[in-house]
Amino acid sequence: MSLELKSVEKKVGQNTHIYSTNLRFEKNSINILLGSTLAGKTTLMQIMAGLDKPTKGEIWFNEKNVTGVAVQKRNVSMVYQQFINYPNFTVFDNIASPLKITGISSDQIKKKVWEVSELLKLSGMLEKKPNELSGGQQQRTALARALIKDSGLILLDEPLANLDFKLREELREELPKLFENRDCIVVYATTEPSDALLIGGNTATIEEGKVIQYGKTIDVYNKPTNLVSARVFSDPPINISDVKKSGDTFSLSQDSVKWKSKDVSLKDGKYKVGIRPHNITTYKEGTNSVEIKGKVLISELSGSESLIHFENSNMNWVSLSNGTHQMNVGQEAKLYMNVDEFMYFDQNNNLVSNV
Amino acid sequence: MSKIRLDNLSHSYLDKQNSESDWALRDINLDWQDGGAYALLGPSGCGKTTLLNIISGLLNPTKGKVLFDGKDVTTQTPVERNIAQIFQFPVIYDTMTVHDNLAFPLKNRGMTKTEIDGRVKEIAEMLELTKTLNNRASGLTADGKQKISLGRGLVRSNVNVIMFDEPLTVIDPHLKWVLRSKLKELHQRINRTMIYVTHDQTEALTFADQVVVMHEGQIVQTGTPVELFEKPKHTFVGHFIGSPGMNILPCKIQNGIAEIDGIKISTNSKIKKSDFVKTEIGIRPEFVSLDKTGIPAKILKVSNTGRHKIIDAECSSGKIKALSHSSKEIPSGSIFLSFNQKYTYAYGDSWIIE
Amino acid sequence: MNKTVNQKAWLFVIPVFILVAFNAAVPLMTVVNYSFQETFGNNVFTWEGTRWFKQILRSDRFHDALGRQFLFTGIILLIQIPLGIFIALTMPKKGIGVSVCLVLMSMPLLIPWNVVGAMWNIFALPEIGFLGHTLNDLGFDYNFTQQIGDAWFTTVLMDVWHWTSLVVLLSYAGLRSIQPAYYQAAEIDGASRWAVFRHIELPKMKKVLTIAILLRFMDSFMIYTEPFVLTGGGPGNATAFLSIDLVKMALGQFDLGPAAAMSLIYFFIVLLVCWVFYNLMMRNEEQK
Repeated sequence: MSLELKSVEKKVGQNTHIYSTNLRFEKNSINILLGSTLAGKTTLMQIMAGLDKPTKGEIWFNEKNVTGVAVQKRNVSMVYQQFINYPNFTVFDNIASPLKITGISSDQIKKKVWEVSELLKLSGMLEKKPNELSGGQQQRTALARALIKDSGLILLDEPLANLDFKLREELREELPKLFENRDCIVVYATTEPSDALLIGGNTATIEEGKVIQYGKTIDVYNKPTNLVSARVFSDPPINISDVKKSGDTFSLSQDSVKWKSKDVSLKDGKYKVGIRPHNITTYKEGTNSVEIKGKVLISELSGSESLIHFENSNMNWVSLSNGTHQMNVGQEAKLYMNVDEFMYFDQNNNLVSNV
Repeated sequence: MSKIRLDNLSHSYLDKQNSESDWALRDINLDWQDGGAYALLGPSGCGKTTLLNIISGLLNPTKGKVLFDGKDVTTQTPVERNIAQIFQFPVIYDTMTVHDNLAFPLKNRGMTKTEIDGRVKEIAEMLELTKTLNNRASGLTADGKQKISLGRGLVRSNVNVIMFDEPLTVIDPHLKWVLRSKLKELHQRINRTMIYVTHDQTEALTFADQVVVMHEGQIVQTGTPVELFEKPKHTFVGHFIGSPGMNILPCKIQNGIAEIDGIKISTNSKIKKSDFVKTEIGIRPEFVSLDKTGIPAKILKVSNTGRHKIIDAECSSGKIKALSHSSKEIPSGSIFLSFNQKYTYAYGDSWIIE
Repeated sequence: MNKTVNQKAWLFVIPVFILVAFNAAVPLMTVVNYSFQETFGNNVFTWEGTRWFKQILRSDRFHDALGRQFLFTGIILLIQIPLGIFIALTMPKKGIGVSVCLVLMSMPLLIPWNVVGAMWNIFALPEIGFLGHTLNDLGFDYNFTQQIGDAWFTTVLMDVWHWTSLVVLLSYAGLRSIQPAYYQAAEIDGASRWAVFRHIELPKMKKVLTIAILLRFMDSFMIYTEPFVLTGGGPGNATAFLSIDLVKMALGQFDLGPAAAMSLIYFFIVLLVCWVFYNLMMRNEEQK
């Protein structure tokens, strides 16, 4: 089983929504489409599902060309950001709905609904109507409906986006387990890097209709091929600054911060450095750290960690530290950057080194 | 400006209340100082919006009193209480310019034109709206509109309290921190009592000096962000604050000592009695480590979030999460887990044992 | 989003095409034909060019009918729109009252035009009608079949009775879609009842009100059945609105040519006003 996009392109009028894309998803894989709103994730999914036709290129499923085959004739399930259920059906009937048209016996339907509802922790509420359920349970119902019909392709379009923080955390943890031992390809679109990291699998970073990078999630995160991919895969946003290298010394644009690098293979000259927020902390981390000072714009606390936004050399920086560090707006702050985790990009934004 | 006191407040949307669950709010007692920044935090349906509407005067409580500076205002209208409120969705008057929107609350209170213009200018300056003052308010972006709502709340200089009802819901995620920073700065500048209602822990902890955590119509803890993280008074607080939330494991208490799977756990709780229906140990994943001795467990899964690894393990009493540095190698299979005593607490019937 | 193109769908449109052709295109073309021709019966037609158009546009009769038509439409819009909004504002917002009101409001809308005319005709007859009799008892000299003012009064009253509910229902729908936060914010801002109406309710109802005005304009501008049954256009020509006058000319006097020219002019006036309206609406949309 596999899903392959071959030079798929989508234009609407003069505007290109998807630039020529080649992607291949293998059997039993979870594939994450990561990108901001309007990056083209939904369009790609609709092309994969057969809800939309590409302007150019082909879609192959199980080594067969399925371009232009209507969605009804493909074995596809889709779950949306909004909780889409039949409002006048009970949860049971909602989950059973895809099976009813296949004409299998009601005993078998009951058995299957029971299995799926057990998996999604819905078995206690099969007789309720969707509007009596919480948001999380409504989305579980929609997921159950997608799972029950043994689709070869399951498409999830930001399924957690409309849930409260804690519910999102909970359902995100269960998601990968739902697809274990299931013969299908899962495609999951999200704007949140943390979704991708916690779900794992493979990730494609997408920006402005282009697939920037595709690979194992953790590899894409640790070794972004270019600045765009690094930026898409970073929340809070990655800090990007111009640096100068001369000899073994790097310095920020206004010489405010300098550090030594072990990497001698890089030629002297101008580069861009990408520093993930968690590599700037209120405490020293790693063996090679350098101090940076700045005026605090705000410290955001999430409970277990603190995001400190500060200003240095006319640029806004974001740092992420463990623990609660309350700072006043306007206060001077001293933070440490973990030099060993820096990523360097050339003037064309391509990764040249991440020591 | 004033001190706010909530005295034994309860509220129900039903005419008759037969059981606890018929109450949207139960026995709320709060004392808020003048000029403080407070947050009401809880999941949807916990009663926080009901409480907010009672404080603002949009709703009359079934029982109890609301006091501003010791004066009973329970039956007063929002205008009489002299409060300001900012809602989840930007409320702007479409037909008016930005200037007229900001001037509206002052005009309604009969201030002179010169007074109004001075105030509006000052607030517009603070919110960086000066350039758009003469534009139609309906043409602005969501965050611009929400700034106008904010401005209308701030424009009156004598309000007793400013309330925020999830004010950043419609703001683009990448812009949220800018407005949070603005709010924080405003509080530092004008020093007025502010109450912020949200289900988002980051929003509450970032904004407030004191956070009130609500659960099923009750207050479960009031404390600083540090207290909520380090010493949750109720298991719900432990679960709700922090990501991932606190591990909560059933335990036995024998002779004042807690045990999990027959292994004694040193806690920071002084356990004097043991007549609880349910006893549990609460420990945050940050304070659980892999060790040579401790609770035997099996590793189920390790997820690398790039900056740390989340270890999902299982012992006989249940599942435990632990955090470790992302560069650390995690063994697979059977391991031992140990807890940092300083941050380990015992809970009796969901409440902390101190 | 682009849907998959399905050519078979065109098959389903064919019946509509046929229907529209018979209902609109064919009669319209016939009318266009007539408007350039003269006939004396026996299917003999002669070409007249634009003579009928010039004649109609210069005729006092047409000017009078058009004037009456605009006056009537103006009056009923001025009454029905504010009245409709006012009733919608006073309607209950929750509970059993809502459904009761909605049912009561929709009743006049469900009665066929000619029945409304007949109802009001009997209702207003000076000797035996409830309205007519009561008014005369109260000392008013009321007789809608003979006095011009009374005829207008009755016609306007009938239309108000029949159609105000439409404005009410649309306004009510508009009001219900306003989020409670707006009212709460206004309360906190210390806004007066009038300010709430002026700055929240009215702007939020703008879209539905535009539709209400457009619908009421078109309907009242083309009104025929009710005044025809009620007053027959009288007394004299006092309530002979455009459509009534048109029918008189075409079927009463059998002046097919001028009548055809008049109906085309009539048609263009309606079209023009709708176009202006549509553009105003669209421009408002673009501003947002």
